[in-house]
Amino acid sequence: MELAYGHPKSLKPVQSKYCPGCGHGVIHRLIAEVIDELALQERSVITNPVGCSIWADLYFDFDSVQPAHGRTPAASTGVKRMLPDHLVICYQGDGDLAAIGTAEIIHAANRGEKFTTIFVNNAIYGMTGGQMAPTTLVGQKATTAPEGRDPAEAGMGYPIRVCELLATLGGTKYLARGAVNNAANVRKTKQYIKKAFEAQMRGEGFTMVEVLSPCPTNWQMQPVEAEEWLEKNMIPFYPLGEIKNELGGAETKEAAK
Amino acid sequence: MPDDKRLMKGNEAIGEAAIRAGCRAYFGYPITPQNELTAYMAKHMLARKRTFIQAESEVSAINMVYGAAATGARSMTSSSSPGISLKQEGISYACGADLPMVIVNVARSGPGLGGISPSQGDYFQSTRGGGHGDYYHLVLAPKSVQEAADLTYEAFDLADRWRMPVMILADGLIGQMMEGVVLPPERDLASLPRKGWAAGHQADTHRPNNHVTSINLVPAELEALNRKRFARYDEIKSSELRFEEVNVEKADLVFVAYGTSARVCLGAMEAAKRAGLELGLFRPISLWPFPHARLAELAAKGKRFLSVEMSMGQMVEDVRLAVEGKAPVDFYGRCGGVVPTEEEVLAEARRLLGK
Repeated sequence: MELAYGHPKSLKPVQSKYCPGCGHGVIHRLIAEVIDELALQERSVITNPVGCSIWADLYFDFDSVQPAHGRTPAASTGVKRMLPDHLVICYQGDGDLAAIGTAEIIHAANRGEKFTTIFVNNAIYGMTGGQMAPTTLVGQKATTAPEGRDPAEAGMGYPIRVCELLATLGGTKYLARGAVNNAANVRKTKQYIKKAFEAQMRGEGFTMVEVLSPCPTNWQMQPVEAEEWLEKNMIPFYPLGEIKNELGGAETKEAAK
Repeated sequence: MPDDKRLMKGNEAIGEAAIRAGCRAYFGYPITPQNELTAYMAKHMLARKRTFIQAESEVSAINMVYGAAATGARSMTSSSSPGISLKQEGISYACGADLPMVIVNVARSGPGLGGISPSQGDYFQSTRGGGHGDYYHLVLAPKSVQEAADLTYEAFDLADRWRMPVMILADGLIGQMMEGVVLPPERDLASLPRKGWAAGHQADTHRPNNHVTSINLVPAELEALNRKRFARYDEIKSSELRFEEVNVEKADLVFVAYGTSARVCLGAMEAAKRAGLELGLFRPISLWPFPHARLAELAAKGKRFLSVEMSMGQMVEDVRLAVEGKAPVDFYGRCGGVVPTEEEVLAEARRLLGK
């Protein structure tokens, strides 16, 4: 008899260090479930970033490579080129990907590197304690934007829509944005991750799933309040769905909305 | 059967030696005076279906090496001084994660953008662990195209043996000049050592997970890791010292010089001989580890030293540390891309000897 639902094999049965209400745990689980479904546990390598998810190697039950802050896509490039038949996951936060590592992600995407980036966008720096991120919304407060992000007068710039930015590049084949603030979005995000991983294993080109994720601690909210804030504030600015899908085969397109 | 001697540029000989040593992945970024090396790798790595990437920056290139090395593949990058500065972050991480890799610095003059002419101004950066934290890595300095090829070839073995980056510190002159070279034999990739610590291929053995990382937030554990690494450094200091001596026993004054400036000293020594003057050369080939003990022996024999460098005086500090005040140590250097002439080096030696 087969177990229909249980703890994924690719995720260790340990308590994580993530804060209550943090999205990383859910996202880790989705990745692990998909890896199990594709039977890739012993053929997977994650490059985990500098930021809260630097702990990812404690929780995933497979190999990992931990590079310098923002250099994650460069390291993933080296790993995937040497292990082309492995599933390589480039796990990044918004500081790692959209600030210090902007050059690395743009050029890895443009080269069409055949790994999958999981981009966790919680609109804040988590590990260092709530500084403004490149994806912090206009008006959103951070320790380094105490009166809220002010693009014009204080010169703090505007939040970056990473999927849309990368969509212009020839090497990107699949860019989707999900969220983990409710069950429906979690299920949809899992579909995106599965599609991206399958495309990677077919060698189709650069794939990325951005995941809008709550950070109650640094947003200074209760977990439930954070889920609602994400729904009301982040999703209108960062629309969910497949931003770009140039994968081979019509069956891979998202069902018409 | 050994290869025939052929005429090659230093940069190209380094590239060919790396390929023959089993380099599976090369990552580089354009910078003068090492561009022939990147172009050589583009042509010959791609022709062999190995990995070549022109990265978006030196920072990315070293981190691509980091990723490739983490899977156990022999991999390398090359650059010149300002680009090597950018790679220092990655080199520190590689040393912290104990990753083998080969880094070639075809050095030019600085600081800053400086110039594109040859320099030895990167000695401190190369031998002191140029990035953050407590670490060292092997540094080998060739004086000729032949030696550049031989040391590059060997660097891959040393990197694997000691699980650390190995730097080839050449300069623009070694990279740019053409000389005869006999290349080492091509390695069979399948014969290269398997690395049990590397990421990937877990399915082959069902081993426990491998994590390639330099992080450890527990101070006592990190200290223990650093101490273990330094114990390895002690082994390297006793087993990997390389140097060449020419006429040191008879010499009234011994030049200490590496790379290009050592060749200038050899020329000055010949001219000195014609004038009835005995000069010698002590040429460190391994700059880290530095051959301190042998210099101390020579100092005890009453030798005096003149460190000749294409810098404002960097290696001379190691020479002084080695002799511990027991012998006179002087310095002669040119910088900014100026290569000293045999005549001016000889004149300085004569001035010091009063002859």
